[in-house]
Amino acid sequence: MPSLSFTAPTTVDEAINALARAPGLAKPLAGGTDLLVQMRSGRLKPELIVDTKRIPELIGIREESDRFVIGASTPGVMIYEHQGLTRAWPGIVEGLDLIGSEQIQGRASLAGNLCNASPAADSVPAMIAARATAVIAGPNGRREAPVEAIVTGPGRTSLEKGEFIVEFHVPKPKPHQSDAYLRFIPRTEMDIAVVGVGVNVTLDTNGMCTDARVVLGAVAPTQVVADEAGAALIGHRLDDDTLSKLDAAAGRACKPINDKRGTIEYRIKVAGVLARRAAAIAFERAAKR
Amino acid sequence: MAKTHVSTIINGEPVEFLCEAQQTLLDVLRDELNLTGSKEGCSSGDCGACTVIADGNIVCSCLMLGAEAEGRKIQTIEGIAQGDKLHPVQQKFLEHAALQCGFCTPGFIVAAKALLDQNLNPTEEETRYWLAGNLCRCTGYDKIIRAVLDAAAEMRAGAAQ
Repeated sequence: MPSLSFTAPTTVDEAINALARAPGLAKPLAGGTDLLVQMRSGRLKPELIVDTKRIPELIGIREESDRFVIGASTPGVMIYEHQGLTRAWPGIVEGLDLIGSEQIQGRASLAGNLCNASPAADSVPAMIAARATAVIAGPNGRREAPVEAIVTGPGRTSLEKGEFIVEFHVPKPKPHQSDAYLRFIPRTEMDIAVVGVGVNVTLDTNGMCTDARVVLGAVAPTQVVADEAGAALIGHRLDDDTLSKLDAAAGRACKPINDKRGTIEYRIKVAGVLARRAAAIAFERAAKR
Repeated sequence: MAKTHVSTIINGEPVEFLCEAQQTLLDVLRDELNLTGSKEGCSSGDCGACTVIADGNIVCSCLMLGAEAEGRKIQTIEGIAQGDKLHPVQQKFLEHAALQCGFCTPGFIVAAKALLDQNLNPTEEETRYWLAGNLCRCTGYDKIIRAVLDAAAEMRAGAAQ
């Protein structure tokens, strides 16, 4: 094993410098629940670990007039205990909360789950569905990108050397807007999604859908924004015909693999079923707003 | 590579140690500090045998670097009893025979203690979900759950007095 160094800077600039200067692989560390496992298995051999949790702005949730600002390395336990965010976006919080055990929730972060770049990452679909953005700091300053622009393939991201995510911006819900996330696993806990579906809808006062985003996980190399599935909801109430169209469109958006967790046919079928169910929950929540 | 010097609080006592960057907190506890109560099961965060409390949250010490403990408050299984007096969760594990080989027991007790620190009246379902990150391959889980719920009942009765 090449020798590994560890640093725990207290400012974003120090972290950028450390990450950018390292000649070999340098990894930002948030909760470490994926990174340490991959180091132990030998899949990743970094020469520098930069612990981001001593940088104050990377931990915690700030509620502003029109958005939530979530520090990139905030652990799951702080996120699901945040009542404002849980009320505003139950789907985002339930997606993150599905990841791992209580022990994992004590450490795991949104940025880690995103940048681990697993197609099955449970916190990602509802973030994309809510049009959340990531603020990325790097040697060339800061830039903001939609969450769906970060992951480019399994284990791969669009972040350049020296860049890391400092925070996420999640717009506040409009009147009659809400979300839901559902995943399918063959047991009740502690498993990786066979399919995950995030649905975010906005209704008018008559319960008619005016805006919708449907995002699928674990059915393609990256999360999929299923535009056709979202469009199937817009202009409609949640009747049988709309649900059938949503189901079919969600299935068409899938490009899954066969693996031990599910076959291609099975994943396509389940994506449609979960899209129906998540849409029903999101509509019900939105109608109550 | 130069070792990192770490100052931390473990079970209420200030502790200093030197560690290499890749050493996990579990490695440090067991190999440097001779606190061998925390067990190494899977080394991947699945089994919970290495559970410790870090700044109030339960974590797998196999998924935390030793260097990250700088300035944190860590509680391990060795700090759960008050001197010779067992914590109610420990006492109830004995009374309910909630263990066979005992390897998973420290992790279960630390996790259960953390649950009761924040909720003295958990439902069976809440308790089972809370302990879902702790695996036991001997007893099945019923005796463990009963022991935790009984400890909670005893602590509630104690708190009411």
